[in-house]
Amino acid sequence: MRKLNYFALVHALLMLFVVLVTLYPFYYMLVISLSGQAFVLRGDVFLWPKGFNLGMYEYVVKDGRIFTGYKNTLIFVTLGTAISLLLTSMGAYALSKKTMVLSKTFMILIVITIFFQGGMIPTFLVVKQLGLVNTIWSMVLPGAVATWNLIIMRTFFANIPKELEESGKLDGLSDIGIFAQIVIPLSKPVFATIGLFYSVQIWNNYMGPLIYLRDAGLFPLQVMLREIVLAGQLTGSEGAVSDDYIMAIDSLKYATVMMSTIPILLIYPFLQKYFVKGALIGSIKG
Amino acid sequence: MERVPTAPLKKRNLPATKELPSGSSFLQKVRRDKYLLLLVLPCMLYYLIFKYLPLFGIVISFQNYNQFKGILSSEWVGLKYFRMFVESPDFYKILRNTFLLGFYKLFFGFPVPILLALLINEMRKELLKRFVQTVSYLPHFISNVVVAGMVVMFLSPTGGVVNQVLKLIGLQPVNFMMEPGFFRPIYVISEIWQHAGWGTIIYLAALTSIDPGLYEAAKIDGANRWKQTLHVTIPGISSAIVVLLLLDIGRVLEIGFEKVYLLYTPVTYETADIISTYVYRVGLVQGNYSYATAIDLFTGVISFLFVVSANYISRRVSDNSLW
Repeated sequence: MRKLNYFALVHALLMLFVVLVTLYPFYYMLVISLSGQAFVLRGDVFLWPKGFNLGMYEYVVKDGRIFTGYKNTLIFVTLGTAISLLLTSMGAYALSKKTMVLSKTFMILIVITIFFQGGMIPTFLVVKQLGLVNTIWSMVLPGAVATWNLIIMRTFFANIPKELEESGKLDGLSDIGIFAQIVIPLSKPVFATIGLFYSVQIWNNYMGPLIYLRDAGLFPLQVMLREIVLAGQLTGSEGAVSDDYIMAIDSLKYATVMMSTIPILLIYPFLQKYFVKGALIGSIKG
Repeated sequence: MERVPTAPLKKRNLPATKELPSGSSFLQKVRRDKYLLLLVLPCMLYYLIFKYLPLFGIVISFQNYNQFKGILSSEWVGLKYFRMFVESPDFYKILRNTFLLGFYKLFFGFPVPILLALLINEMRKELLKRFVQTVSYLPHFISNVVVAGMVVMFLSPTGGVVNQVLKLIGLQPVNFMMEPGFFRPIYVISEIWQHAGWGTIIYLAALTSIDPGLYEAAKIDGANRWKQTLHVTIPGISSAIVVLLLLDIGRVLEIGFEKVYLLYTPVTYETADIISTYVYRVGLVQGNYSYATAIDLFTGVISFLFVVSANYISRRVSDNSLW
């Protein structure tokens, strides 16, 4: 019995460690960003805010860049997810019909692109030739179909009972009609899952805007964040700046990070199950 | 939609659309599947434009590509840029950096999700278990910019929490981000922090498919929890482990561009500069499109050979393989 208790104790401590290591960094940033400068400077803010104030957040709000970023990101995510879901689901549905003419050829052509890719520069040149550089389209088209998501959706559609689609055929629906009126209503969970995968990918994308966007008015949240949070710090040595000043900037950066991350932290727990579902459908096939 | 008027027509066509005679021509099949083909068309156009055109664009690595002349009339230079890369002093450095970073990530990062999944699996209280899972998946959805920002701020020599702790115990502050020696550990640890939790999903799924009867039998044989783990749990997920290991070995050289780009500085290029960041600087910053494409192609070929040989070896040794 004794041994078992030791095991339980160590186990509980390890799990506690995992939770703390994951959550504490966010909590720490929150606490620092909400504390008075004097306390932060003395380095005794760890567990709860001291000298509570929202000054840093006022500053970030006044700066305004973060809102431009939010606006652009929301536009990219909405438009991009819609386009991606449309292209992926239509393609996946047609490809789930093994009897379709050329379906095997198309699948082979698609799978080849997993192994052979043009790479950064040729892709950039194509996007540039199409005149998409520095437009919103460069954010939503080059990554519009993710092969992995296409395969997940195709698997899902292939498992829809044939009888349901046959009944549509008897009602005189074309293949497009069957897809729109029978298959889509049956596939809400997979649309939710894949839609969320696309949304997260677009929301977090940094490389795309870095390569394709020049105009600061188009920059999404991630680029604004990088400018505010990382740029100043990494170039370092800005001459004779006092430690206090740097610390104030640090609190400002924590506030910026929190403002961009809190919405995600809040909605994530409700969406988590969809992500897990998607990961599992994918892994069974793969 | 326009369902009502077309309905009777469609119905009459139904037998013909269902079964075409086996010798029917390609065009007949196309006509039969026209709506399906219409559905797949945008998707295939996407692959043509954004996947296959760049693939053909690789030819510029054999050219002296000039934007104004275009691919068709730029002059051919053969292997000039490949030779240039192999002879460049950066050649060895970026290949080594890419390989080492990938290798450390695999070596230290691969076992963590397995251990974590075993630990989570041992949790008996369902609610707590779900809480730990939810928490541990979270960082996977945090952007690289935010993670890199957190790393840089926590490690900052002025006011970063890590250096505050170092000061408290009487050590000199360290400028972590400017020390080439720290880049790899920082990168690997941040990757583990970000993705280990998410990596448990597949193992946890594999764990639930282990027959509970095996545990009962082990208990009757007097096995304690440790013995049960060793003799029932681990064999139960070993095939998942092997497949994922193979996949990861194949991907050793595929290191995400974003995190490295966000964490490195010119001072740490020595250990941090990898293929993709180098290609970015040569190609998009300096505008050397042909040279950058040649580098990408060269390393792409190496990476491909790597996947194929990893698969070949594992098929010979363990009859587990990806294809």
